[in-house]
Amino acid sequence: MANENLQERQETVAPAIELVGISKAFGPVQANKDISLSVARGSIHGIVGENGAGKSTLMSILYGFYKADAGEVFIGGVKTRIPDSSAAIAAGIGMVHQHFKLVENFTVLENVILGMEDGGLLKPSLAKARKLLKELSDEYELSVDPDALVENLSVGHQQRVEILKALYRQADILILDEPTGVLTPAEADHLFRILVGLRDQGKTIILITHKLREIMEVTDTVSVMRRGEMTATVKTKDTSPEQLAELMVGRKVLLQIDKKPATPGAPILEIENLQVVDDKGVERVKGVSLEVRAGEILGIAGVSGNGQTELLEVLGGYQKATGIIRVNGEEIDLTGKYSDGQSRRHRGIAHVPEDRQSEGLIMDFMAWENAIFGYHNEPAYNKNALMMDNLAIRAETEAKMERFDVRPPNPKLEAKNFSGGNQQKIVLAREIERNPDLLLVGQPTRGVDIGAIEFIHQQIVELRDQGKAILLVSVELEEILSLSDRIIVMFDGHIMGERDPANTDEKELGMLMAGMETDGGAA
Amino acid sequence: MDFAHAFLQIIIAMDMTIRLSVVLLFACLAGLYSERAGIFDIGLEGKLLISAFFSASFSYETGNVWLGLLAGVGASMVFALIHGIASITYRGNQLIAGVALNFLASGLTIVIGLAWFKEGGQSPALPQSSRFHELTLPFADTLRDIPLFGPLYADVISGQKPLVYIAFLLIPFTWWLLFRTRFGLRLRAVGENPASVDTAGVSVIRYRYAAVMIAGVLCGLGGAYLATSQASAFGREMSSGRGFIALAALIFAKWRPWYALMSCLLFGFLEAVSNLYPNIDVFGIFEIPVQFTQALPYILTVVILAGFVGKAVAPRAGGEPYVKER
Repeated sequence: MANENLQERQETVAPAIELVGISKAFGPVQANKDISLSVARGSIHGIVGENGAGKSTLMSILYGFYKADAGEVFIGGVKTRIPDSSAAIAAGIGMVHQHFKLVENFTVLENVILGMEDGGLLKPSLAKARKLLKELSDEYELSVDPDALVENLSVGHQQRVEILKALYRQADILILDEPTGVLTPAEADHLFRILVGLRDQGKTIILITHKLREIMEVTDTVSVMRRGEMTATVKTKDTSPEQLAELMVGRKVLLQIDKKPATPGAPILEIENLQVVDDKGVERVKGVSLEVRAGEILGIAGVSGNGQTELLEVLGGYQKATGIIRVNGEEIDLTGKYSDGQSRRHRGIAHVPEDRQSEGLIMDFMAWENAIFGYHNEPAYNKNALMMDNLAIRAETEAKMERFDVRPPNPKLEAKNFSGGNQQKIVLAREIERNPDLLLVGQPTRGVDIGAIEFIHQQIVELRDQGKAILLVSVELEEILSLSDRIIVMFDGHIMGERDPANTDEKELGMLMAGMETDGGAA
Repeated sequence: MDFAHAFLQIIIAMDMTIRLSVVLLFACLAGLYSERAGIFDIGLEGKLLISAFFSASFSYETGNVWLGLLAGVGASMVFALIHGIASITYRGNQLIAGVALNFLASGLTIVIGLAWFKEGGQSPALPQSSRFHELTLPFADTLRDIPLFGPLYADVISGQKPLVYIAFLLIPFTWWLLFRTRFGLRLRAVGENPASVDTAGVSVIRYRYAAVMIAGVLCGLGGAYLATSQASAFGREMSSGRGFIALAALIFAKWRPWYALMSCLLFGFLEAVSNLYPNIDVFGIFEIPVQFTQALPYILTVVILAGFVGKAVAPRAGGEPYVKER
């Protein structure tokens, strides 16, 4: 073992990873500033920070995607140069990316051996991988069907394939980038059990996340990054979510939204026996009835793909359905000429879609263009039948960006150049400022920073307090619990039940989301 | 029409189908390698044509058909390399690069041909030594008298030119290479999700170049077959859209080697029919005009490309240059 370790070694074993003075700039942006980090062998180390704080850059340097401008990397006490991914693999580093790097129409085995085949023929490698997969699935709860095509696996299983890939490459150090973003609570718990099992076998795990609950639950130590700098490294048991949030954002953050009790008024949205059959002929919504009143937030919880998306699409005017929907007491057209998004907007429905990058914004268009989509025919934006009033639109967008704290407040910047939180603020500003009677919000804070989450939640609650009806769809139970006045859980196109957020918890909702009845009853 | 006559007709049709499928088969397999690795290759046509020209010219000048073959393959590989440099290294648009190569081949063959042979862009007719000749497989003549199988063996399987056998042997070989070897696994992965290969520490660029160059070799063989086996001279635009028909066959085959064999045989059969039976008489009432039978392969191409025949899922990363993301 080399003795170039810069720090005085107090432990008998060198740290699994030690980063010393890592810096990396992209043009004028300093993504990593003089970062030093030491991760003990056999521990789970969390790294938290807002989007753009430099977490991903740091891990990309460790995995050989980027070359650091300055600094040194020590793996197991030995100074190591990592110019590319194969060097990282050789150094025993495995990475589970946020967006899986799997070949969807390959089998699990083929994915596992890809890049690590022994010799020119596949047969021996496949047999070897099959044997190893069996061992691993017995040892840690990592069972996956080795012959299944990846595209037929659930997201949770696909993630296991990524972990298996790393273990097949004999990784001692496993980096997971936002691993739970796509998982259900049950799947996330399962993942954590796997991680703990791996740690107990001596593997070192780095967990990058923005979910503080996970950090508190599963890590041994945690580092906080802010604006390219490592602001703190603490033992998890000595800290609290509030302290971590403050370290991340640089100011005090309200994790629990502060809201008055709701004062529901007349029903704004009434849905009776709604049924949706999608393009493939699959029945997605199977007879849903619900009601949202003025001045309340109805939260719909559920694992994605259980009909919530289609429900929003019907209300937003881009999915046909059967059943009855009334807005402000008047029935709306579900299949005919007036079932489009434009007609919905005229009825006072505003929609913040679940997937802002494909449905909420056009990423290559500028902010001011994005700020009027759906409302572009309004007289205020048009000089005459032919010409739009671009100056007026730009001025208005600038004011909106100011009010919604969009950073940078530059209307001429393309949507793709804003961070997730700021993109969402642009969509919210466009929809909320129309003063709708009913606001549909899907996954309002998916991929959004803690600081921006707070702001977005405040805006939604404020709209409720103005007496508007809000239908919130989210897979984040924390969000559903803290925002909603009533909670409905959807499973397999049905409503599993309604709960009062004051009298329920994540565990009960999680069971309902998995299709299991609980004895909680309606509130 | 008695049985013996009908049988003879079938044997002749089968023989011709095979002869006419070979160019398509080479081009279709070329497209298969390239597109399986994520590089759409609309330049098959151009590569066939340039290879046809150089193989004919060199065969004629040297009197050695094998040297001609080498020249054809070399020219096609140069084209493939240009395609690779434009669309892999410089991440240009693959379709535009392919179209450009088609134009280049079309113009270049005529210009060089005019200057070289002064025969209006054609090459002189190739003498015996500058052409490929039929190979007679063992026992072809002794087995000829066995009913049914005899003529099939002697006249269809035996008695083809060397490149025919190479083309048909390439089918099982390609299947084996793609689905049973490391090279094939990586090549397919590069066409489906290049990031998966990159993060595994393997060079995406290397595999894409390999695939494009293989396509160059195969188109080279196809072009050489066209000029020195199927015909015996180079003629202007003699590829006459076969590169595009091969693309249609590739889609019809859903990018699979065995299906590619079937779809190329189908196209070859249609062409054989139009050659053998230009005027088909329907019950003495109506005569299908020759123009229609000749148009059949092209009509089928349009139908396939318009997506009327099943759903074909192209390699998912096809057409997109690979840019490393963080």
